[in-house]
Amino acid sequence: MTDIALNSGDTAWMLASTALVLLMTPGLAFFYGGMVRTKSVLNMMMMSFITIGIVSILWVIYGFELAFGYKGESAWYGNLSFSGLGGMVNDLTNNGGIYPIPVLVFAAFQLMFAIITPALISGAIADRTKFTAWAVFVAIWSTIVYFPVAHWVFAFGNKVGDTVTGTGFLAGKGLEDFAGGTAVHVNAGAAGLALAIILGKRVGWRKESMRPHSLPLVLLGSGLLWFGWFGFNAGSALAANGIAGLAFINTQVATAGALIGWLLVEKIRNGYPTSLGAASGAVAGLVAITPACAFVAPWAAVVIGLFAGIFCALAVGLKYKFGFDDSLDVVGVHLIGGIWGSLSIGLFGTHVVNSVGLDGLFYGGGSALLGKQALGVGMVALYSFLVTLVLGFIIEKTIGFRVSRDAEVEGVDLSEHAETAYEMSSSSRGGSF
Amino acid sequence: MKLITAILKPSKLEDVKNALGEHGVKGMTVSEASGFGRQKGHTEVYRGAEYTVDLIPKVRLEVLADDEEAAAVVEVIVKAASTGTIGDGKIWTTAVDQVVRVRTGERGPEAI
Repeated sequence: MTDIALNSGDTAWMLASTALVLLMTPGLAFFYGGMVRTKSVLNMMMMSFITIGIVSILWVIYGFELAFGYKGESAWYGNLSFSGLGGMVNDLTNNGGIYPIPVLVFAAFQLMFAIITPALISGAIADRTKFTAWAVFVAIWSTIVYFPVAHWVFAFGNKVGDTVTGTGFLAGKGLEDFAGGTAVHVNAGAAGLALAIILGKRVGWRKESMRPHSLPLVLLGSGLLWFGWFGFNAGSALAANGIAGLAFINTQVATAGALIGWLLVEKIRNGYPTSLGAASGAVAGLVAITPACAFVAPWAAVVIGLFAGIFCALAVGLKYKFGFDDSLDVVGVHLIGGIWGSLSIGLFGTHVVNSVGLDGLFYGGGSALLGKQALGVGMVALYSFLVTLVLGFIIEKTIGFRVSRDAEVEGVDLSEHAETAYEMSSSSRGGSF
Repeated sequence: MKLITAILKPSKLEDVKNALGEHGVKGMTVSEASGFGRQKGHTEVYRGAEYTVDLIPKVRLEVLADDEEAAAVVEVIVKAASTGTIGDGKIWTTAVDQVVRVRTGERGPEAI
């Protein structure tokens, strides 16, 4: 197919990155699981784990082709074939250019993005979701929202000779989104808002305490997310090169900045810097630097992170103002962080660090790039929110999306999985087979 | 016979236990408890949302004593548990009809 030979260094890094990105989803399960009450921690974590199962299978059957297949040559979706990925075993990756890594490695890497995106949404509907309804939602949402949106943003088309065909709609318009600020985080955040509205508030919301049951689990989860995110961002270079190095250091320093930014808000506003704030700030920074990590200088990454921490720490209060129970702040962290990070490229972007990147407002590039970024954010947010609203409504009216009031009060772990997470006392329950 | 029940600060349990041991008390039962008195609760903050936590962790200590011993035992507990600040707890005594040692079947004051 091509003269380019497979590069073992690049391929090795992409294999490692792929495994790193997979780890983010169990990390997310811990991050979310620690934040809910003891009676629903297993359901919370299972929403992430079932997503790994479902999306992996869909990806092989048609997901990868729908997102990255280019034979359809459409700006809106890839190739509508049920491929099974059997015919491309010997191919290299072709996405706007030829990369010397096997296309199946690229497919596996992108699969991990397709998994974590719907898993992120689950934080908006903690404590009250019917598990089978969630599974149905994940399958349909991936098919009609994530796979096409990934095509819009990440598909740079099939390069044959001097021509490229089948470029995604937003990629073609010049949206700069290195690792998924729009396709992953704005997308999941807007969908989370829609589902929080469809499912409604939890029983006792704003009346009884819904304190996180295990902050050490939250910190463990945020640590695993941070670790895995190096694969997410630096792996998106699709090579072990300087751009991967830039993305790597930017990921680190932006996250550090956001951790500090969030804690500063807490210290000034509430008097105490909290562990939940540190974990949340880190994730907000990771979200914000995701689209920007290969287009900005490291000092700018610190600034982007710092403001991500501040903006998101303030944004998590919005749900109380507007009265929607986005239980674990998917909107406040992923939507707001994703919007800020995507727009920040329009301010701090510079071709000095990446020859394919444009100059943003602060580098004399004017507002052109900012406009492209805003268009990308707006299109993804609008599409995701509206489609999720309709899909969620249909699931609620047919099979039901929310458990009964009794099941919710008793706990979804018991009602949906016939399990409880913790046995705290040696004598409390007794019982027999 | 009397049952002496004391609600104490968890941090004072060790002191009270030692003081009672020195006084000659042979046994006690300790359990975790939660509640509030005049101290009321405290405030916790999660992602900027403030929760008032009004049930405070305490320990509940129970000791059996002879009628003539009970007042002295109460004094020992008061002395060991007191910090002088709000939230030190409460002690009360109740009359007990019967006490039985399960192993030997002894009854009354001998079983204490």
